[in-house]
Amino acid sequence: MREVAVVAFAQTRHTGHDEGLTEPELIAPIIREVKEVSGLSRFGFTCSGSCDYLAGAPFSFVSALDALGAWPPISESHVEMDAAWALYEAWVRLQHGDVDTALVYGFGKSSLGDLREIMTLQLDPYYLAPLGLDQVSSAALQASALGADPAALREIVRRSRADGRANPYALDLPDPGDEEFEVQPLRPSDVAPLTDGAAAVVLAAGDLARELAERPAWIAGIAHRTEPHYLGMRDLARSASAADAARAAGVGKGPVEVAELHTQFSHEELILREALGIPPDAVVNPSGGPLAANPVMATGLIRIGEAARRILDGRAGRVVGHASSGPCLQQNLVTVLEA
Amino acid sequence: MPSDPGERVAEHVLEFPGGYTRTTGPVIGRFLTELREGRVVGVRTAEGRVLVPPLEYDPATGEPVTGEYVPVGPAGTVQAWAWVGTPRKAHPLDRPFAWALVKLDGADTALLHAVDAAGPKAMRPGLRVRPRWKPEGERVGHVTDIACFVPEVTTMAAPIRTEYRVRPGQSLARFLRGVGDGVFVAGRCARCDKVYVPYRTTCPECGSTIDEERELPGTGTVTTFAINNLPDPRAPEVPFVSAYIQLDGADVPMIALLGDVPAHQARQGMRVRAVWVPPEERTASMTDIRWFAPTGEPDADL
Repeated sequence: MREVAVVAFAQTRHTGHDEGLTEPELIAPIIREVKEVSGLSRFGFTCSGSCDYLAGAPFSFVSALDALGAWPPISESHVEMDAAWALYEAWVRLQHGDVDTALVYGFGKSSLGDLREIMTLQLDPYYLAPLGLDQVSSAALQASALGADPAALREIVRRSRADGRANPYALDLPDPGDEEFEVQPLRPSDVAPLTDGAAAVVLAAGDLARELAERPAWIAGIAHRTEPHYLGMRDLARSASAADAARAAGVGKGPVEVAELHTQFSHEELILREALGIPPDAVVNPSGGPLAANPVMATGLIRIGEAARRILDGRAGRVVGHASSGPCLQQNLVTVLEA
Repeated sequence: MPSDPGERVAEHVLEFPGGYTRTTGPVIGRFLTELREGRVVGVRTAEGRVLVPPLEYDPATGEPVTGEYVPVGPAGTVQAWAWVGTPRKAHPLDRPFAWALVKLDGADTALLHAVDAAGPKAMRPGLRVRPRWKPEGERVGHVTDIACFVPEVTTMAAPIRTEYRVRPGQSLARFLRGVGDGVFVAGRCARCDKVYVPYRTTCPECGSTIDEERELPGTGTVTTFAINNLPDPRAPEVPFVSAYIQLDGADVPMIALLGDVPAHQARQGMRVRAVWVPPEERTASMTDIRWFAPTGEPDADL
């Protein structure tokens, strides 16, 4: 495998409301920032992750290219998924060996529509979508199947929100108070907040990465796995796909100092810690994680970026970034980064 | 003055008029066709498992499923559930309901659907449920042809009411005549030297005939009490306190209501006095004693 590293990461100061920016306006500053940090103005490959249903406009991701400078023509691709999968595509592209750098970015404005119902559109159109099964309801079914301890969930929310308050890019959310159920057994604070935001990562290969960054965050392993879509055909209390991806990425081959997990619901942290084999002494979601800021379609990329940042700035030597897609953690991507 | 253009909001709707027409394929189509007939079928995989709802390929192996369709259910067992207190517009029910994964009898996988249950306390893993079908003419071959699932019948109401005519007997009649006059009539066993109230004609300890009547004062001490949270015809407002009250001069306590005091202040040893209804309203029955109320004296040692 060709050595590939994260050499730059930037994210917006995420907001819980619409700042009135278009998507190109949202991403332009962070594209500028990663160009400055990496010193690169052109990239061998560019790949983005977004979802047209968030804006309700087909091919809305194309207009985002206005923020990049796409002339002379660039080599570009897009995934209709979280940008963590765009990073995976860029990593694969760099394995070809003919290009050495890649720009990856993702963005999402949940403020424009009703995210819970937009997410219903990702469900199979025959059996699930016609029931109007919304995202929080399916997550509540998973929390119920897990039999999650309410006190453990509350502590996850409290810790995530406290860490988020210390993170200038995350939202300022209070400690969880007394709340009615949103969909029992989940309460509103168990659900990631509606968030607008974006993030960008620069990947570089081999010696170029060593030139561009003092401490590149090398991708030691990256893998993603999926499992059946239909919720009644899997064991919701476990994440077999996350466990498989973690094995393939080699999470257990060394210590894990920090794990950034794509937990859009508090109970998912319990499932993912187990599936990924995160040791009890590892720091989980020191950024606050998605429970403190969830710019959909950038959230998974931010997990990789936040994990990489701890290597880039010298605070950690081996970290894990995780991203998820689909209902109830259907698909999971695990990245192991090392100094 | 025109508003700041940056603050303007445009309403935008993404809709495909009439909806997409989706082909079902033979496997999903068979399932939906059976639903329209009011039946649920699963499909058998090459390994012999029964998938409900049917898929074209076995998610465990990727192999095409067999052409064998297996009637399942209609009853099934809830595996996991989540309670929706405030249904959303797109949800299948417009009142609170549960989402559930239901393993239909004969199936190896679970169907996700709504359960119309009385409340979250009515839901549990293992709950047996059955489909509530839409009426035949309204079924079109759609997963919502099952309007929802409902719990199987496990309990039924069994009302019982028989009517009686009861007379108080001599002892109690004597006591009640006293009550009608605003006094408590007790009986004293000369052999045991014990005073019983309400009045009785034989001693419950030694069996002797009781000849001696005594009138007791309307004051006494609470020996024990209960806070009642189910309304009673004699005490329609809850919580109410029923208490054992040992009248001064009696050797046994008598049960009565406690009043003029908040329920949480009731206590053993509390000194109380009978509160009578006015003489003109009395009927020589226990309701002539409205209740016992605190006297304000220091508590008695029991």
